Amino acid sequence: MSSYLEFLSRHADQLVNGTAITLAQFVLSALVAITLAVIAGLLTLAPSRPLKAVATVYIEIFRGTSLLVQLYWIYFVLPLMGLELPKFVAGFVTVGACFGAYGAELVRGAVLSVPKGQWEAALALNMSPAKRMRRIILPQALAIMLPPWGNMMVEILKGTALVALISVADLMFMSRQINGTTYQSAQAFGTALIIYYVFARFLVTPLMRWLERAMARRLGRA
Amino acid sequence: MTDKTIHYPLKLEGPDVPMVRFMNVSKRYGDLVVLDRLDLDVAAGEMVTIIGPSGSGKTTVLRMIMTLEKIDEGVIYIDGEPLTHMEKNGKLVRANQAHMRKMRSKIGMCFQHFNLFPHMTALENCMEGPVQVLGISKDEARERAMELLEMVGMAEKSDQHPSRLSGGQQQRVAIARALAMRPKVMLFDEVTSALDPEVINEVTTVIRNLVDQHSLTMLMVTHQIGFAREISDRICFFFGGRIEEQGPPTDLLDEPQEDRTQQFLSAVFDAN
Repeated sequence: MSSYLEFLSRHADQLVNGTAITLAQFVLSALVAITLAVIAGLLTLAPSRPLKAVATVYIEIFRGTSLLVQLYWIYFVLPLMGLELPKFVAGFVTVGACFGAYGAELVRGAVLSVPKGQWEAALALNMSPAKRMRRIILPQALAIMLPPWGNMMVEILKGTALVALISVADLMFMSRQINGTTYQSAQAFGTALIIYYVFARFLVTPLMRWLERAMARRLGRA
Repeated sequence: MTDKTIHYPLKLEGPDVPMVRFMNVSKRYGDLVVLDRLDLDVAAGEMVTIIGPSGSGKTTVLRMIMTLEKIDEGVIYIDGEPLTHMEKNGKLVRANQAHMRKMRSKIGMCFQHFNLFPHMTALENCMEGPVQVLGISKDEARERAMELLEMVGMAEKSDQHPSRLSGGQQQRVAIARALAMRPKVMLFDEVTSALDPEVINEVTTVIRNLVDQHSLTMLMVTHQIGFAREISDRICFFFGGRIEEQGPPTDLLDEPQEDRTQQFLSAVFDAN
């Protein structure tokens, strides 16, 4: 035990910095994922075929290929085509885009599961299509899709560990570095494991539960 | 799109323009004919009730007026103007969204399952249309919504979400919500069918008061023959997508002329 505490204090700087980067990657990835999920999810329901096609292509590509390959592609291949992203940006954009593709299906499914009567009532009040969506359908769809988004958020957090492989100095990267210099694999990766778990279990999950409760209150169900 | 042998005027003019006119209107789902070349006039201020067996096209009539269903053939006129058609080079063509929205503003509808917005309170439900669609200030919309909730006896529950209200209470809020848009034509689609028997009265009382105190044009689909008798100016019996028989309540209900009307009514009276 004392040797583990010694390990922690010796590598505290690296672990704290790595954790901070992981948190930043997580928050930014989540924002990208939510934004893309809403846009792509709504586009799949658009009456216009070209718009629908754009969304479908995005979803197919990012859902159908490996996140790791996507990271390598965006970080190593895009520069060959003249688009160079800093590794930090490439990291959260790719993770966000990948999970945004999954999220698009959640958005689409939730919008479709709002009862037809709600669309009809909004039309009977003569609301424009945009207002129907924004004022009536999306708030209800949000309540429907929050529980699966809770899972998704945990997946995004864990997914950010892959950005270490394009040298973003996150928690996983730091753990690998510590392991490389000390060969204390159990301590290095064990600590990473615990930190990821604590964030998922005691930060992300409670936050999503709180959101679900807040949403239930808005619907007058609490 | 429309039968070439029938002349559909671009506009209805003259002293007796009906508030609602169905002219040769048909609606099909595949092979199933829901409305079969229907002609129906409803005068301004008239209360018309539609009865008939299920599948006879009653609800479709209301849903077409609310533009929830497309017309396959024929033209519907509201307040003299075609509902889902507009003039182009002297001919009627499918209307654009702007025309549809203008026409829809004249119509209000209450549904069998209320369809209140669950994420809004009763008051917010009644303010949503006026604020978001008519562009009325929130204060003015609130004042008007409260008046209407008062009228339907729901002022005390104005801050409640629909999930906290009974079916009868929800339906009364839904009536207030529709009225808040100041429609000229009100449509009631089986508004008591989803209610427990003991609360049906609270909704029929509201509708009865509307009939007594306002000059709204109303169309109602209902299975409550007694209520229809009491408040209707005219009852239309639908069968197979057409009007089989129509007339003042006493004539149609007490001395039906057609066999199908008699059969339907005796079945309904037996059930009661």
